[in-house]
Amino acid sequence: MSAVAVAAAVVVAALTLYAIFGGADFGGGVWDLLASGPRRDAQRDTITHAIGPVWESNHVWLIFAWVALFTCFPPAYADIATYLNAPLTLALLGIVLRGAAFVFRNFAADNPALARSWSVVFGASSIIAPFFLGDAVGAIATGRYAWTSPFALSVGLFNVALCAQVAAVFLIGETDDRALRDDLRRRAIRATIAVWVVGLIPAAFARYAEPAFFAALTGSTARVAIAIAVVLGIMVMLFVARRQENLARASVGAEAVAVLAGWFGAQAPQLVPGRWTLESAAAPTATLTAFSIAVACGAVLLIPSLLYLFTIFKVRSQA
Amino acid sequence: MDHVIAARAQMGTSLAFHIVFAALGVGLPLLVFIAEGLWLRTKRRAYYDLARTWAKGMAILFAVGAVSGTILSFELGLLWPTFMRYAGSLIGLPFSLEGFAFFIEAIFIGVYLYGWDRLSPRAHWLSAIPIVISGGLSAGFVTMVNAWMNMPAGFRIVNGQITDVNPIAAMFSPPWLVEDVHAALAAYVLTGFGAAAVCALALLRRSAEERVEQVRAGLTIAMAVAAITIPLQFVVGDTIARFDAEHEPAKFASLEALWKTQRYAPVTIGGIVGDGETRYGIEIPGALSWLVSFDPSTEVTGLDRIPRNDQPPVAAVHLSFDSMVGSALLLLLIALAWFVTVLRKRRLSRWLIIAIAVSGPLSLVALEAGWFVTEFGRQPWIARGLLRTTDAVTVAPGIDVQFYAFSAIYVILGATCWWLLRRVGRSPQAAERKPLAPTPAES
Repeated sequence: MSAVAVAAAVVVAALTLYAIFGGADFGGGVWDLLASGPRRDAQRDTITHAIGPVWESNHVWLIFAWVALFTCFPPAYADIATYLNAPLTLALLGIVLRGAAFVFRNFAADNPALARSWSVVFGASSIIAPFFLGDAVGAIATGRYAWTSPFALSVGLFNVALCAQVAAVFLIGETDDRALRDDLRRRAIRATIAVWVVGLIPAAFARYAEPAFFAALTGSTARVAIAIAVVLGIMVMLFVARRQENLARASVGAEAVAVLAGWFGAQAPQLVPGRWTLESAAAPTATLTAFSIAVACGAVLLIPSLLYLFTIFKVRSQA
Repeated sequence: MDHVIAARAQMGTSLAFHIVFAALGVGLPLLVFIAEGLWLRTKRRAYYDLARTWAKGMAILFAVGAVSGTILSFELGLLWPTFMRYAGSLIGLPFSLEGFAFFIEAIFIGVYLYGWDRLSPRAHWLSAIPIVISGGLSAGFVTMVNAWMNMPAGFRIVNGQITDVNPIAAMFSPPWLVEDVHAALAAYVLTGFGAAAVCALALLRRSAEERVEQVRAGLTIAMAVAAITIPLQFVVGDTIARFDAEHEPAKFASLEALWKTQRYAPVTIGGIVGDGETRYGIEIPGALSWLVSFDPSTEVTGLDRIPRNDQPPVAAVHLSFDSMVGSALLLLLIALAWFVTVLRKRRLSRWLIIAIAVSGPLSLVALEAGWFVTEFGRQPWIARGLLRTTDAVTVAPGIDVQFYAFSAIYVILGATCWWLLRRVGRSPQAAERKPLAPTPAES
């Protein structure tokens, strides 16, 4: 495997993990905003407890992907940061407000008015951030950085739906309350259907406005990935309906991986179609090698730490 | 607003905001670790309450630090894409390592803050160690990037192109060690005096009568950290100044507002820095030459040897430098007075408690002014000798609008954070959403 391929794999891995864990986090905020019915407050409490210990580390994946991109592919990074300045800044605003609002509302619980305001900020920014991150991804796929194009905007919408789906499935196992679990089950199934419906929109826009990307999307790699994603979506619904939470979680994670694989499969080896390939944007080999070694060493410390965190808060909480 | 000014204003505001939370994020875990350790050893309830209270402050401050740090990692590219295009492959390594260190920090912050009732007391206490270590390391890695910007290393330039990239040499550019130690000490100085000042205020206001033992314990732990680190900071600061005199003459001449290259160069305190001369400052003849090499006849390079368009904004650098050294000197005196009082086993006098309360804002001034010194002092370069700040800025429109938006966010975040911290300080029990852990008697 060449140094460039290793670096690209690291970026892809970080983005994928961010899509799953950061996505579950964002989706939690979406459901917080949409909390309704007689168990509204209990839904919000479940979300707060689920996100609390892990949201900060979940968001390091994005920083990591961003750093890996500028270390290993600096000219493409500079290009993306310049032409997608607006959507990335909007996503950034969402990320910042969201993290701060989450902590603020938890510490302001005895001042209901203030806690409510920060809750709204938390929910709204949980939609804004994934929307504009998805939009930026769509804009890159156009090769024109066309972030205001209907295609890019619809990718943003699709990303929000995906986050909501991942979160709903992940949240079911976070509570022991039967009625609450049923609320979340309904949401998970609806969100899965929403992902399919909303997913057709960017496909339709690509068909008419982005012929190059649509051709790639119907190429063999992307087609297989999309088919797998659809099958996994069906499995998510089955496992949710049959109350097999852990299998449902695994399926929804795998579905997110398949969606991203479809995107990368459609684009590779282009980094920004028509502008930068992985090779043409790559940093000098010395940098890529040093980076790969750093990642290998860092992973040795990181993976056990992450497992420890999730064992404490996510495995025991089901017991 | 001018495009470059808007970008610099946004970057500067973001850094000035983040550095406070970053420094407290490095320092507070150590205080919490000491307090909880003392609780495990002595089983005195006051130490437990202190650790819980400080941990709540840490939760709020760390969250704001994490999100404002995210802003910065994005702004490097969003505001200075040309810099990243040139330097990305050179400074990426410390940033990647910082990513890992911050990751570990965030993981164990989660374990620590939410693990009071899920881990054994000893395991919980030990989970603070990775936070202390990785917090220090992540600050160190980021500071290495700043060291590189001051003295770019690890490459050659052939026909205007960067070649022979050596990321290891770039990471360990000459100033890395002194800058790293200086930054780490600054974090402990700020946290020590800051936390001590909060305790001192509580004592003065008598607002914590029922928690007086806890507040006194907090003051002692925090002042101990401050009193150990502030003298060391003077030693390191002095080393950096000598380093600058040798390697970064433009910055050094600006710190001292020294316009004329001369032997027997004076130290100038304060004054009005004009164009080509500094008026009304207090001059100590020969002192600067002596400080540079312990020989007053040493020649010190003045700004007359620096081409005009390579000069930093001298007035800003000089004023910042004097603010940093001045406030640090006061901090040293306060720490000394506290140390002598404790050594003689006397009660802290009311005046000393007032001085400790004042030391909080003073340590903040020292931190920010020190940051201004290094940033203004590097101008007009973003990477000294390699790339000018004006050449690195983005061509994307609307930077001024972004500056206003982010400034507004910083005001809101800062104000909310302040308000919540005050509540945590006043009634630690009431502040949190839920009693997340039982008290030690129940556990």
